[in-house]
Amino acid sequence: MNPAIELRDVVVFAGGFPLLSGVTLTVEPGEVIHLAGANGAGKTSLLRTLAGLAPIRSGVARVLGFDLNLERQSVRQEIGFIAHETLLYEDLDARENLRFFLRNIDDATEVSARAMQRVGLLGRLAQTPIGQLSTGQRRRAALALLVARAPGLLLLDEPHAGLDAEGRALLDGLVREFAAAGATVLISSHEEGYVTPLIDRIVTMAGGCVVPSASLGFLGGTDAS
Amino acid sequence: MLRDALAVARKDLKIEWATRVTALQVVPFAVVVLLLFGFALGPDPQRLEPAAPGAFWLAVLLAAVLGITRAMSIESSAGAIDGLRLAGFDSAGVFLGKLLALGGELVFLEFILSVVTAIVFGVSLAGYLWLVSATIYATLGIVAVGLLYGALLVSSRVRETLLPLLFFPVIAPVLIAGTKVWQAALSHHPSGASSWLEMLVVFGVIYLAIGTVAFGPLLEDA
Repeated sequence: MNPAIELRDVVVFAGGFPLLSGVTLTVEPGEVIHLAGANGAGKTSLLRTLAGLAPIRSGVARVLGFDLNLERQSVRQEIGFIAHETLLYEDLDARENLRFFLRNIDDATEVSARAMQRVGLLGRLAQTPIGQLSTGQRRRAALALLVARAPGLLLLDEPHAGLDAEGRALLDGLVREFAAAGATVLISSHEEGYVTPLIDRIVTMAGGCVVPSASLGFLGGTDAS
Repeated sequence: MLRDALAVARKDLKIEWATRVTALQVVPFAVVVLLLFGFALGPDPQRLEPAAPGAFWLAVLLAAVLGITRAMSIESSAGAIDGLRLAGFDSAGVFLGKLLALGGELVFLEFILSVVTAIVFGVSLAGYLWLVSATIYATLGIVAVGLLYGALLVSSRVRETLLPLLFFPVIAPVLIAGTKVWQAALSHHPSGASSWLEMLVVFGVIYLAIGTVAFGPLLEDA
């Protein structure tokens, strides 16, 4: 089976500044990876690159069979991305947002209703503009879109941030469900305690590169290959 | 593309309906601008009447900058523009959808402003068809150019100040041609303005074509 993610010497720039400076990484389908590293290590840039949102300057990059140098726009619809922001319209409610982003699905109303129920956005919450929800409720709205789209690759950037215990349990349950269904999951997080029970291995980043596996300390046997 | 355009237009109009930014902020701003022009020129009808077309179009352009900024800030807020990309929206469809929604809002504003112009400047809106035609084609050009520059600056932290600087020089032909057509129509000699109307049509169509092609790459680089 082909890897879900295959990066070789990938370099990404923003303006004149290198965000990724030669990332090499292979992730198999169904793996759950913890992307670790200090602030500014390149974790978010790597997730954005994998989502097809950042252009690659050089290197080889294949995600879910798509060549990111040629098919960056095609891979996007296969990706579920939880970012620092909701990526939703703050003046629309969760129901309206989901219907808009699921416009190509015939039964979008039913799918979005099920997804909102799954993440606990019911009644008044589903009809409140995203901008008026709490941080945790906004995160649930973003998760609802993830559930509705059922992507093959989940890219989660600090997904536990702002979630209460119930929200974290919901998120963890979703990650396990997606992984069990064969989806590949990358979780960028500083909260090792929350992430460790979910993951198969750790990939550590520093200075825009993946740190070689030998330098990793915990979970033993983790590597970047 | 058409399906995406309609979805985006519906979404933008839904946001306007929820927030009423155009109705409660942009339109009153434009009306105030027109009133200020009236105050500056004084009560003399000899000075007010000839200035009416220019004042109308300047008020429209100033209000358009606010509308364009708002239309693009909807996309940049909370990273919604990344949501659009991830959902696989056709970029030409996004451009046309935003053009439809913003164009509709501007036409609404222009209708209100034309009534205010008639009252404040004491002019009768003669040559109705010419006024409407000029307004529609000028709006097409204004919105197409505005959205192009809006996309160029969508990620810029200084977009509010930079947009007018880039937008006004490019849109100057629309100001001149729109004013000429309105002057001719209000003075009951509209046929003399046919070449100006043709210019508005050509300008609008050219920027519609450029926007449809270039909006996607501009958003990708944002």
